[in-house]
Amino acid sequence: MYDVIIIGGGVSGAASARELSRYKAKICLLEKCEDVCCGTSKANSAIVHAGYDAVNGSLMAKLNVRGNNLMEQLSKDLDFPFKRIGSLVVCRSEDGIYELEKLLENGKKNGVKGLKILNQQEAREMEPNISDDVVAALYAPTAGIVCPFNLNIALAENAYENGVEFRFNTEVQEIKKNGDIFDVYTNRGIYQTRYIVNAAGVYADKFHNMVSGNKIHITARSGEYCLLDRKAGKHVNRTIFSLPGKYGKGILVTPTVHGNLLLGPTAHDISDKEATNTTRESLDEVVKKAGLNVKNLPIREVITSFTGLRAHEDKHEFIIGEVEDCKGFIDCAGIESPGLTSAPAIGEMVADILKDLMGLELKENFKATRKGILDPMELSVEERKELIKRNPAYGNIICRCESITEGQILDAIHRALGAKSLDGVKRRTRAGMGRCQAGFCSPRTMEILARELNIPMSEITKSGGESRLILGKNKDKL
Amino acid sequence: MKAYDIVVIGGGPAGLAAATSAKENGCDSILILERDKELGGILNQCIHNGFGLHTFKEELTGPEYAGGFIDRVNELEIEYKLNTMVMDISRDKVITAMNSEDGLFEIQAKAIILCMGCRERARGALNIPGYRPAGIFSAGTAQRLVNMEGYLPGREVVILGSGDIGLIMARRMTLEGAKVKLVAELMPYSGGLKRNIVQCLDDFGIPLKLSHTVVDIDGKERLKGVTIAAVDENGRPIHGTEEYISCDTLLLSVGLIPENELSNGLGIEMDKVTNGPAVNESLETSLEGVFACGNVLHVHDLVDYVSEEAKIAGENAVRYVSGQYAESTEKLVNIVPENGVRYTVPKFIRTENMPENLTVRFRVGGVVKDCYISTYFDDICVMRKKRPVVAPGEMEEVKIARDLLNQNPDLKQITIRIEKE
Amino acid sequence: MEKRELTCICCPLGCQLTVQIDENIVQNISGYTCNRGRIYAEKEVTNPTRIVTSTVRVIGGEKPQVSVKTKEDIPKSKIFDVVRALKYIEIEAPVKIGDIIEEDIAGTGVAIVVTSNNCDCNIR
Repeated sequence: MYDVIIIGGGVSGAASARELSRYKAKICLLEKCEDVCCGTSKANSAIVHAGYDAVNGSLMAKLNVRGNNLMEQLSKDLDFPFKRIGSLVVCRSEDGIYELEKLLENGKKNGVKGLKILNQQEAREMEPNISDDVVAALYAPTAGIVCPFNLNIALAENAYENGVEFRFNTEVQEIKKNGDIFDVYTNRGIYQTRYIVNAAGVYADKFHNMVSGNKIHITARSGEYCLLDRKAGKHVNRTIFSLPGKYGKGILVTPTVHGNLLLGPTAHDISDKEATNTTRESLDEVVKKAGLNVKNLPIREVITSFTGLRAHEDKHEFIIGEVEDCKGFIDCAGIESPGLTSAPAIGEMVADILKDLMGLELKENFKATRKGILDPMELSVEERKELIKRNPAYGNIICRCESITEGQILDAIHRALGAKSLDGVKRRTRAGMGRCQAGFCSPRTMEILARELNIPMSEITKSGGESRLILGKNKDKL
Repeated sequence: MKAYDIVVIGGGPAGLAAATSAKENGCDSILILERDKELGGILNQCIHNGFGLHTFKEELTGPEYAGGFIDRVNELEIEYKLNTMVMDISRDKVITAMNSEDGLFEIQAKAIILCMGCRERARGALNIPGYRPAGIFSAGTAQRLVNMEGYLPGREVVILGSGDIGLIMARRMTLEGAKVKLVAELMPYSGGLKRNIVQCLDDFGIPLKLSHTVVDIDGKERLKGVTIAAVDENGRPIHGTEEYISCDTLLLSVGLIPENELSNGLGIEMDKVTNGPAVNESLETSLEGVFACGNVLHVHDLVDYVSEEAKIAGENAVRYVSGQYAESTEKLVNIVPENGVRYTVPKFIRTENMPENLTVRFRVGGVVKDCYISTYFDDICVMRKKRPVVAPGEMEEVKIARDLLNQNPDLKQITIRIEKE
Repeated sequence: MEKRELTCICCPLGCQLTVQIDENIVQNISGYTCNRGRIYAEKEVTNPTRIVTSTVRVIGGEKPQVSVKTKEDIPKSKIFDVVRALKYIEIEAPVKIGDIIEEDIAGTGVAIVVTSNNCDCNIR
């Protein structure tokens, strides 16, 4: 019997788990995939929004600004990459300036600091590559960029270290309430719990609707992106947004924390909640629209493209709280942009709700910090030499494009909630995320996984499930 | 800091030939730095035959071809370090490298020969839409898995791109028991050698669809199929020609890119067409004493030409180290590609250092039948070579003699063109 | 009289060959640039042959397998017989380039030669 079961190991679930792990409670997180950070949290803009566009007074606005405030300290505590680089919302017509002013006003009301409208010249001085027809921009110095994988993974690892149990490849199929107890039916048996946190991303409506008569509806809104080589990473210094439209913040151009350039996302509502495919039309749209705000984009440097799915709730608002007609069931639903930014605040809010409901007490031995995977590139030459002497695996480069060593990959595999697949290694270390997109390192990483996990090569997957990479041996069917 | 006269970056075919040539030309202080666990580079996984007709006068497999050079390196007692990644090269020729045994270390070189080879273009570079399941490999990755490790990445295969690695892998996968359903090629011609179309596709009844590409990828976990479509003359898919082909594996053989991250870090001048360094007649880059050869310079079709080129780079590095180079003066003759010729290697000649015979290598932009390769000294055609056919998949060359150059002291520019009649 | 167009596979030149055959007898060959091409053309229309390259398993080696080739070309129709026979060959390390591991593969009379080195993993 658990006190709390969290459904979903995305950034909201992991943040909730981490904040709840401050308290004395028996907590378990159920994740249908083989790893945390496998849904919406892994494919998004990786932006820490300033918080000027969410409607003043909304939960979104409140948690966005709070999340932004918390992110910097959290990045230090949990050792994940975060850079406060600032952002510009650019407009290309005089009419747009009025919209910028509205955003500025809204932002001030939301408590966003340092907002400023820049004229054409000021904007260009800041960002020489913005398009010639940009007439003005809203500058938000508090905006930033984050590594979404490591944010999510760090939260989960820290929760684990503080006692939260994790069950992977465990898909919730049904939830039944028996008095004060929930029976959570999964493909791996029945779990009993007193409280549930529903952080199931695009499926949060499914679980909510299992227990509540007040139905909610979440649409998967797909967003396609193109990622460019690090050669193009300095094309802009800050995140460049369009004016927000009906479907969100529009197509942005941003550097990433690892020095790549990211373009996207599109916004199309889709019926299949697993449809993470890209389409020719949308990829063309990304390139075209990104080019409206930023000139001379080096499109030849695209190294990969991908689709993320936003969990868009009909009212475009976060739904966080106990479900009225099902006590003990806490929704954490409709978490779309600025969901990643808000995650630290979402975790706080979920934990606060449960603390009050359950009367939780703080643990004495909560550990608030976590050490990430050591990046030897951040060491001095002397420190690096010392490291390789101590552990020669840090002298063996596996991923050439990103200069990732065997030492880092071993750490990714053997640490708490470690990597089990190529993508698991990739999200933790960046091995395979570079310009050759794992062409060179994947056989080597597969060998390391097989050796360290003591499983045959034929069981190594790209990302769990049926995503096996090797289907046989030479001549086995001849 | 350890110091060597010549440091060779990369122990593949180019590096091996450059190092042996440097040693044979009298340099005793040579070090090869190789990132893999053995010398030989990509040849080790190219187990098919067809190598070395020019160099060894017999038809060898890749590992045998490499083996010949590796034996020579050992006979000549040339030093090398394996499992060693070069992290950085400074403009004063200090090389920072790393391996598990020595850790992070620095080496001072008098001359450097860049032999880093090339890498395959990935799916991302083509921006093929669809899902991102397991089962999409570059042809070279599949080649390594099958030929070095004995693993079959898949059973039902579609190959995009008819470059030589793609063609060779069509046969390899077939011989190991996989079914290769199709090779699709975006261009109206194959990027590979004709012999490979015959012996890798035709022999096994594998269809080659020219002017076709993959327009969608299906399968959320493992690949389930691809949609191919015909393309128009601009390479854009033609609506209505889509065809779904079920398969569990997609191999990509869609081009090679010289691996020049170190060269870029060095700040040497690059050629926009080849993506390799711009070099002079001595295969020297814009940074004095830094030479380049093999696929890092421009992607070759035959390893024999790599060896030939690397031999010359090795000789020139020795000349540089031993001070036999004429000081460079203003006298430069540019070699200009025109009319169907995409680039030339070298790009310019310092006449004082002109060898007795200079081989200028290049590729053409399209298939042209019954044509001439014409060499112009300024406006005058000095050489014409009849070719029944030229194609982008095959490297071409012209040889320019020093005597001819000396007869034209006022020469400003050499132009190489493809001409009909 | 039958006319067959071939692409020579003897070297990367890939010469376009034309062979004229009358009742299975080669009457005329054109298009070749060397003698190898002429021989190839004649063989290709009467008894086509190929070199086969593949791998065999190695026990106790530093690598799990080693690359091999047929010492000479074998009839094209026997390609799959050869690779099927290779499936059941397992050799012990060390092996090196040039080692003959089978004198007569699949009844072709042709030997199998090792084309790469694979050391004993215990003595390196």
